[in-house]
Amino acid sequence: MQITVKLFATFREGRFKVETREVTTPCSVGQLVAALQLPVEKLGVLLVNGRHVELEYLLNEKDVCAVFPQIGGG
Amino acid sequence: MPEDLRSFLQSAAMDGLVDWQAYETVRHLFSVSYADIELAVLEQGLFPQRYKAQYQLFQPEGQLRLYQARVAVVGCGGLGGFLVEELARVGVGRLLIIDPDVFDESNLNRQLLATIDSLGEPKVEVAAARIANINPAVAVNPVELFLTEENGEQLLAGTDVVVDALDSIAARRELGNVCRRMDLPLVHGAVAGWYGQLAVQPPGEDLISRLYPHPPQPEMEAFSDNFAAGVAAVASLQAALVIRIILKDILPVGRWFSLDLKSMDIDHVDFIEK
Repeated sequence: MQITVKLFATFREGRFKVETREVTTPCSVGQLVAALQLPVEKLGVLLVNGRHVELEYLLNEKDVCAVFPQIGGG
Repeated sequence: MPEDLRSFLQSAAMDGLVDWQAYETVRHLFSVSYADIELAVLEQGLFPQRYKAQYQLFQPEGQLRLYQARVAVVGCGGLGGFLVEELARVGVGRLLIIDPDVFDESNLNRQLLATIDSLGEPKVEVAAARIANINPAVAVNPVELFLTEENGEQLLAGTDVVVDALDSIAARRELGNVCRRMDLPLVHGAVAGWYGQLAVQPPGEDLISRLYPHPPQPEMEAFSDNFAAGVAAVASLQAALVIRIILKDILPVGRWFSLDLKSMDIDHVDFIEK
């Protein structure tokens, strides 16, 4: 199935801002995060179609998944 | 406020504007504070000359609301230095500034109040001196402490708006919890190099714990490199949000912004409940 991934802030470094990807069904947000080699300990907000989700959430065709890092500087 | 002070201000005003010279004269003649004079000026519908360039933005009513506002800036490093500068210049009447640290050399690249002369000095004391030099009508309360869940409610008592200018995730989670319990609006900001984020946690809500869902790993707390432009950008957006809250009680509920200065874009996300 096809999904859209949006990355934010430091997660964009060496990756991308937005990308449409083909993933095998079923695919959880956690599996997607692992495929993108995003460091789990830096994960902040996870949204699918604007809704807050957890890593276990199973993606559906055409979902838009936004992944934010926790940033803490000031 | 004596009636002759009011009439003095009326006669000293030029086109409705009262200049700093008049403040100084009134202070000596009537033995009142700069803050008292500013209140008398604004209550009469006059306008301090120093704010002339923002007259159309705020009008005397809005300027009076800014004067009456009590804002707490928690953290006086990168974000906090720019925040207290901008809030003092716009005329926020009371600033509580909380930070336990002193300036060191590695602050010089991005912290407005870090100078050769201020190295080794407590950040909140340097901030208070700076504000006294910019706008003596602002009442500053410098507190050289680390805000925690234990002392937070006592420190923030009597505050209208709280600003998160901290530099660690653990401290932010504690501040978010304190503000939620106290029903205080919290203007959050954080920065990591070219990236930043800001949000308003409305009174009683738990936005911060959603932005930072997990206690941080120790190694995460020291990771981010920062430079002045990135820090100033986030701080200035926070200052604008603080002013909006004071003026209009507008709270973009559950909205937060992600800033990317590399590609020059700002995204916003509106949290939808699960």
